Amino acid sequence: MNKNIILYAALLIFGLAAPFIFPAFKVQLSILCVLIVLALTWNIQGGEMGYNTFGNILFYGLGMYLCASVQVGMFFPLAEWTESGGEKTFVHTPTQFFQGMAMGLVFAAVIPTIVAGLIGYSILGLRGHYFAICTLGLGVAAGEISGGIEIIGAGQGFTTPPFPDVGSLEARGEFFYFLSFMAVVLTFITVKSIYSTRFKLILNAIRDNEDKAEAMGIQTMKYKIIGWMISAFFCGLAGGIMGGLVGYIDSTDVAFDGREMGVFMVLMAILGGKGTLWGPVIGATVFHIFKEGFWTFFLGWQYVALGVLIVVIVIYFPEGIMGWLREKYPERFGEVVDEADRKAQVELK
Amino acid sequence: MDFLIFQVPMLTLQATLDGILLGILFALIAYGMALQWGVMNIINIAQGDLVILGGYIAYFMYLWGIHPAWGVIVSPFIMYFVGVGIYKLVINKVVDRDLFISILATFGISILFMQLMNFAFGADVVLANSGYGTTMLFDNSVTLPNSKIFSAFISIVFAIGLVVYMKKSKLGRAIRATAQNARAAKILGVDTEKVYAATFGINAALCGVAGALISITFTIHPYMGLPYTIRSFMIVIVAGLGNLPGVAMSGMGLGVFEEFADYILGTEFRIGSVFLLLVLILVYRRFKLSRKREYLK
Repeated sequence: MNKNIILYAALLIFGLAAPFIFPAFKVQLSILCVLIVLALTWNIQGGEMGYNTFGNILFYGLGMYLCASVQVGMFFPLAEWTESGGEKTFVHTPTQFFQGMAMGLVFAAVIPTIVAGLIGYSILGLRGHYFAICTLGLGVAAGEISGGIEIIGAGQGFTTPPFPDVGSLEARGEFFYFLSFMAVVLTFITVKSIYSTRFKLILNAIRDNEDKAEAMGIQTMKYKIIGWMISAFFCGLAGGIMGGLVGYIDSTDVAFDGREMGVFMVLMAILGGKGTLWGPVIGATVFHIFKEGFWTFFLGWQYVALGVLIVVIVIYFPEGIMGWLREKYPERFGEVVDEADRKAQVELK
Repeated sequence: MDFLIFQVPMLTLQATLDGILLGILFALIAYGMALQWGVMNIINIAQGDLVILGGYIAYFMYLWGIHPAWGVIVSPFIMYFVGVGIYKLVINKVVDRDLFISILATFGISILFMQLMNFAFGADVVLANSGYGTTMLFDNSVTLPNSKIFSAFISIVFAIGLVVYMKKSKLGRAIRATAQNARAAKILGVDTEKVYAATFGINAALCGVAGALISITFTIHPYMGLPYTIRSFMIVIVAGLGNLPGVAMSGMGLGVFEEFADYILGTEFRIGSVFLLLVLILVYRRFKLSRKREYLK
């Protein structure tokens, strides 16, 4: 256990020091944090519960719109802001900005949670591929519909409040980095603590055989909804932060971006190894480094690369990095290994 | 509420007829999806992108001076080989795996196709002009483009042709046998691998026909694929697998629904309403099924 505490402390110190060690990559590091949050929350459904959702993007986009709307709407008329050029007329003072952001994040986290609770009973009753396609439809429908609503900018997008002038040029990057880092730490602690309780076992039971779990007297629906609400909470939070970070919200390209973010979260969790605690974190990090490192070489071809990447990962690497490590070093994962059995397998190969 | 459709009653008829003609096209795509779903148990998210690719073949024929209606003949031939190619490269590795794996893999193919088409053909909305003119009905109050009537007719011809082919030919029998029980078919000497490849190819060919018709009748755009996938999925789950009249009926129903949604909600909510309808149908289905599922299988 001591080793773990040292590891966590090292990661925490590294996380706190990162923006000062790599000052040029602050925005990238913040995006990485958001990606880790999304991968961790997707893993609650896709990995632990066996409900492969494409719909967590719904909460992400909802959080993004809510955070920005509350931040603007607290002080200025929202409709005039979203009219073209409105954001130039109204300027947030620093106090207003931070108050609005804090309030916005509360809304961005709480309302998606409520939405998840409300729709959970209907949606989570679906099984297998019906669930996957239904959530895919939910995400796209949300994007299409929000693209038609005037008050949040409709098709022309929504500019989030620009960061106020607080005297330092670095302040914006640092503020958003620490905000997203806090979100990661919060998510990780929550996920880790729920993974050490009976709740995780119930989720795994649902994944392995839901009918049997039900027959054993577990109220599966209740736990499925709770799991989804936890995901929605952190997805909404991540969305709110990302909205402020990007500075511009478009209905289908930024908020309900099923083609990019919605696939990324699935891909990152699978790449890292679904159904593990560290898998999504590692997967998100590797994916983000790959994405940022190679996207520039593939300029214009990045979606082609993404498509190929999805197919390759899904077909040849479905167990992910953690799964591969587990295969390689089962002792480290607390599995009892029979030496003779292992030797026999090596000889067979 | 100043809905145009209530002020001009004739528009109701217009929307219904438009919807039915459109729905027949949807039913053709859905038929392809039902075929591969039934035989291979795969839900192909790239279905819509195959449709769009088929449309581009007809569009290029139009650009080269050939009448785009010939695309109905050429496009399925090319698309058959595209389909078999996709099967050999990707699908045969995911056929007997977890369903989600195949959904994700075809989703990857969908993104890949979307982008490749975007690079190759540009991001413009295009259509192949057939120059068929329009038919006026009821004292010029209802206008029907002849291309829509043509496309509905061709769809029906292809659907009937395929049904007959599935019933009579050797390959059709092999496909039906594999759909019933792949293992038993294998034991009895059916080369299931070949059957799967052919099924995927036939599905892609159907998409090619539908795409060529769509490029004549409506417009095509590289990113318009996903709605077609969702529509065909919806039609199949409403009709049920292997229920061909049902596929035709629910296809037309969906077409009519869409036209009315277009008039009543506005064009910007058209695609959104399709996706929302999918969610509603699935939720309805879940509540209907949950009454039955009171015992443990």
